Amino acid sequence: MPTPKTESDAETTTSPQPGIGSKLLNNQLTTIILILFLMIILLGSFTRTFLTANNIFNVLRAFSWIAIASFGQSMVIIGGGIDLSSGSTMAFAGIMTAMMLSYGLGVLVSILIGLGFGVFIGFINGILVSQAKLPPFIATLGMLSILRGFCYGLTSGWPIRDLPRGFLFLGQTDLAFYIWKVPLPALIMVFFVIISYIYLSKTKGGYHIYAVGGNEYAASLAGIDAKRVKYVIYSLSGLFAAVGGILMTSRLGVAAPTAAQGYELDIIAAAVIGGISLNGGEGNVWGALVGAAIMQILRNALVLVGFPAYWQSSAIGAVIISAVMIDQYRKRRI
Amino acid sequence: MNEERQKDLTPIQNAQPVLELKGICKYFGGIHALENVDFAVFPEEIVAIVGDNGAGKSTLIKIIAGVHAPTAGEIYMQGKPVEIASPIQARELGIETVYQELALIETRDVPSNFFLGREPTHGKLDIFIDRKRMVEETVNTLNTLGIKLPSLSTMVRYLSGGQRQSLAIGRIMPWGGKIIIMDEPTAALGVKESRKVLDLILKLKEQGCSVIVISHNMRHVFNVADRIVVLRGGIKVGERIKKQTTPDEIVKLIVGAEML
Repeated sequence: MPTPKTESDAETTTSPQPGIGSKLLNNQLTTIILILFLMIILLGSFTRTFLTANNIFNVLRAFSWIAIASFGQSMVIIGGGIDLSSGSTMAFAGIMTAMMLSYGLGVLVSILIGLGFGVFIGFINGILVSQAKLPPFIATLGMLSILRGFCYGLTSGWPIRDLPRGFLFLGQTDLAFYIWKVPLPALIMVFFVIISYIYLSKTKGGYHIYAVGGNEYAASLAGIDAKRVKYVIYSLSGLFAAVGGILMTSRLGVAAPTAAQGYELDIIAAAVIGGISLNGGEGNVWGALVGAAIMQILRNALVLVGFPAYWQSSAIGAVIISAVMIDQYRKRRI
Repeated sequence: MNEERQKDLTPIQNAQPVLELKGICKYFGGIHALENVDFAVFPEEIVAIVGDNGAGKSTLIKIIAGVHAPTAGEIYMQGKPVEIASPIQARELGIETVYQELALIETRDVPSNFFLGREPTHGKLDIFIDRKRMVEETVNTLNTLGIKLPSLSTMVRYLSGGQRQSLAIGRIMPWGGKIIIMDEPTAALGVKESRKVLDLILKLKEQGCSVIVISHNMRHVFNVADRIVVLRGGIKVGERIKKQTTPDEIVKLIVGAEML
């Protein structure tokens, strides 16, 4: 335990809150919001198309499902774990919903079944981690593969098409707000970031997630049920990934067994760029939202400035590394 | 060894013990961590448990704190038999523990650690955190105890060792615990910081608590303790009123030199 070499009894009285200024300066969220604004300003001035309502809403829609899954992922990471199965869960939930629809079940029932599978998968991850005591990386890596197998097996490798209109509505509708047409998935994303934030930062359950992620042993000694916390976070991650997967399926109009392949890394990257430490116990979902936004804007920007699309993933990788480096530099400075 | 036990313990033995352990044994497989240990804590008393590494000190307090269940033996509180099956149950019985590992969440701020595991809520749902109350009560308690921290919203990670220890001790205060257990409260602290922690322990006693302290530091033990219990190899080998003993005698009991 490294202890700073400060005098223990430095004569400063305990004050309830520090200045807002220092709080903002020491906040990773502030840093990445600044980066986000900088990107928007640069793109707005160098391209004519970026700041059009149409393009902004396209960007919003494009990252909404990644962001939603990332909020669930954030809870797992803050709770000291990781969920590598979220991409496969997205695809699987989409396929299950599409299969139910193709059996002629109603839209709402099909969606509920898809979401139910998401929770179920998350719950199994929770059992593997807290009861079977598997490292989260291994448990969810296995789950990633198992689910992808199910996606191929259940569809025999063929995408499910011809989904009913009532379902496609979800991902393809724009709601009119004044002069703008805001895509429904973006609004759903905003709804999810708000409830996730309230849950994590304002409720007892959320406090316990931070506690278990920060120091599981200490949390248990204080009477917090760490196993229960793990069930909750993995189940929520499964649920949120299912929401993202169903929105994605609805937007694309097809449930492909290959869908969302590799998305787990984008989902985790969004959280990490957003200042959520992989060591657990730190960060919040606003960071994941901004992280997801930065990645999508970067992709969009590369297209707008005519950068060859093949190089996109290198740019994203560079962003991940720089974001974490900035965060570490900030922490060392304190 | 029997005459050791009887020797001059009369002044405090007139009161009824708040906590009494009788014939406590704890075996981990073939290892006998504790063998037939009797142990009592009297009202408003500071008892130090001393002994070499592996003497059974930590096992003994973990039994009182509800972390381990004894293999054999009885526990009484205010004369009534009780079972302490979990840390939560211990707290419900009025036993609060400050662990050696400090048991703080480094990534959380001061109020969150202060109320760890028993965060106050408002509204009927028992879901939403009453942050205002958390901050107010944290400030009040810290001020009452004269504990000074740079700011409440600092992560515990950025507090010094002494500040952390003060927080770990301070946070048990509001819960009305009658028995406070402290495992090595001054380990890894500087001279000044240790002094502060010892003052806190005396303050707890003033407020009517009984304190059980484990320490390796003889000076600290003789600074605060009223009574000293010595364990060796899982057996209680001595028990002394502080005023009637010397550090030399205690050290001899710890290493077993009186047997030679």
